[in-house]
Amino acid sequence: MEHLFERLTDAIQHATGYIYPNEAELHWNILIVIYPYITGLVAGAFILASLERVFNVKELQPTYRLSLLTALSFLLIAVVPLQVHLAHPERGYEMFTTPNPQSAMAMFGFVYLWYLMAVLLLEIWLDFRKDIIQWANESKGLKRLFYLVLTLGSKDVSEKAIEFDHKFGKLITIIGIPSAFLLHGYVGFIFGSVKANPWWSSVLMPIVFLFSAIVSGLALMLLVYMVSNWVRRKQNAMDCLDKLSSYLLYMLIIDFSLEALDFVHRLYESEESIHILSQLIGSKLFTSFFVLQLLVGTLIPFTFLTLTKLVRIGDTARKVLYFASGILIQIGIMSIRWNVVIGGQLFSKSLRGLTVYKIELFGMDGLFLPIAILIAPIFILIVVVKLLPPWPEAELSK
Amino acid sequence: MDNNNTQDRRSFIKTCLKVLPAATLIPFLSIDAKAFAEEGYNPEDHNYAMGIDVHKCIGCGRCVRACKNENNVPDEPFYFRTWIERYIIPFEGETIVDSPDGGINGFGDAAVPEDAMMRTFFVPKICNHCAKPPCVQVCPVGATFTSRDGVVLVDNDYCIGCRYCIQACPYGARYLNPYTRTVDKCTFCYHRITKGLLPACVEACPTQARVFGEITDKSTPISYFRRFNEIQVLKPALNTEPKVFYAHLDGEVR
Repeated sequence: MEHLFERLTDAIQHATGYIYPNEAELHWNILIVIYPYITGLVAGAFILASLERVFNVKELQPTYRLSLLTALSFLLIAVVPLQVHLAHPERGYEMFTTPNPQSAMAMFGFVYLWYLMAVLLLEIWLDFRKDIIQWANESKGLKRLFYLVLTLGSKDVSEKAIEFDHKFGKLITIIGIPSAFLLHGYVGFIFGSVKANPWWSSVLMPIVFLFSAIVSGLALMLLVYMVSNWVRRKQNAMDCLDKLSSYLLYMLIIDFSLEALDFVHRLYESEESIHILSQLIGSKLFTSFFVLQLLVGTLIPFTFLTLTKLVRIGDTARKVLYFASGILIQIGIMSIRWNVVIGGQLFSKSLRGLTVYKIELFGMDGLFLPIAILIAPIFILIVVVKLLPPWPEAELSK
Repeated sequence: MDNNNTQDRRSFIKTCLKVLPAATLIPFLSIDAKAFAEEGYNPEDHNYAMGIDVHKCIGCGRCVRACKNENNVPDEPFYFRTWIERYIIPFEGETIVDSPDGGINGFGDAAVPEDAMMRTFFVPKICNHCAKPPCVQVCPVGATFTSRDGVVLVDNDYCIGCRYCIQACPYGARYLNPYTRTVDKCTFCYHRITKGLLPACVEACPTQARVFGEITDKSTPISYFRRFNEIQVLKPALNTEPKVFYAHLDGEVR
């Protein structure tokens, strides 16, 4: 407690202008920054998978199953930062037992469950069903038992049954696309619908969230695909990488245009809050906004990706540029989330002052916890791909 | 006959559609203010509001102290159910606002010399007990709610501490109590008003800058206050419909 009071005293001393006395404490910390970041990755990875499935983009085939499993690994962790951040985590279940139907946040739990159970798990199961049955037949002991449980009792691998799996899977994907849009657009709505906060309150917020989600998911899959090939000592399919990076470039352009529109709109309308918001991005958010989000996260990867499309570049150099773009875009998207969540709390609702946020290393407000939460899905993914190998050669062997 | 049957079925479905959403509300209705109130008190008979006359406030801070004592608000200067702001509008330059320790110990010398001041005044702030409260709208579990007598309250045993309501409140009226780890705010001293007493801040004010009572009754102090003053509310553009009414409020106040 003493530590908290020391921190708040420090916050008040470093605040500029006037902040309401209750605003010394910044309530949504870095845990709430990584929450939209992770859900964005999920939505983006899933949308990539559906590109192959619904729109028959053949080049992306090698990433199809990998994207689904990546989406699942991140989705399993997506609610952890929210849950850990609650002041009374033991009461979190109330969101499901007595949800307030008017609350954007309460409904998120249901959107999340719908997406996890009805879309992602079902689609993965249908897609892997035949393989699971085969793995169950081929393996022994505990492993056999595990796969037998995963078959959920189904044994039918007749052509008719497989045909049905495909048709039903496609239907789920078609339902899945609006669901993925809903999942992340909804996260945007949680922020965009707060009329008390001029930095958040914007009708564009869900759409900006959605496209930044697609960008982050595509960039993530580019990285996951390249790293998985490197680990397995396999060649990257260059036509897959080229296609993936093309989509990444298009989405990056759309996302940037939307962000720019939001920015210009605010400047041009120049409402009551513009004075304090200009101060905010000119000082507290300068590095994370202009340097990280705009330069490092958008303009440099944009240049890299455009280069690969306009100029004839060798395979190795192209791969380096793709990989670098993937990393830089992740930094950029993380900065977007930071600028929205933390930025929206760094100015007083009196519109007369700015406050501060200092990250600590340890404890519930510390840096280690969110880093651990961010790394966890990678380990989950490693386990999941061991159990359900998504690789093309595993499919071919059947 | 056939037609009648269709009609019946249609009206039955209509009734179901009307009743279903209402039925989902039953769990929330069961959290009501009775737990706080006296026996024989009927919340339906009341609708409370507060009036604040900016001209009368002298910035002594007694309301802030009375509130902290009455409601076990943590002593530390980061937690306030009510606080006072001092506005100094100089002849040149920007308006200066401050609220040292929420104004609990009054106000020291101003940063601007007296002859450079165009106007200066104090503004007591408190939860506005909005008729359209954004905090109640966003609470994911219904832990914060509007009582039947029009007071916005928090159920301590139910709040999960997500703090969405703190983000949604345009007035900075909410804080997370570090001891209970639940969100806390002004209750209009609900435990007092349901016994017919005044809120502690109203009772402690030496200049009667604050008045309190029923808005539906024409003969109450708050009704007189509303009748004989030109009334403003804070941030009217947000359409929260505050029930804390200000007289002589300056446009600079946000």
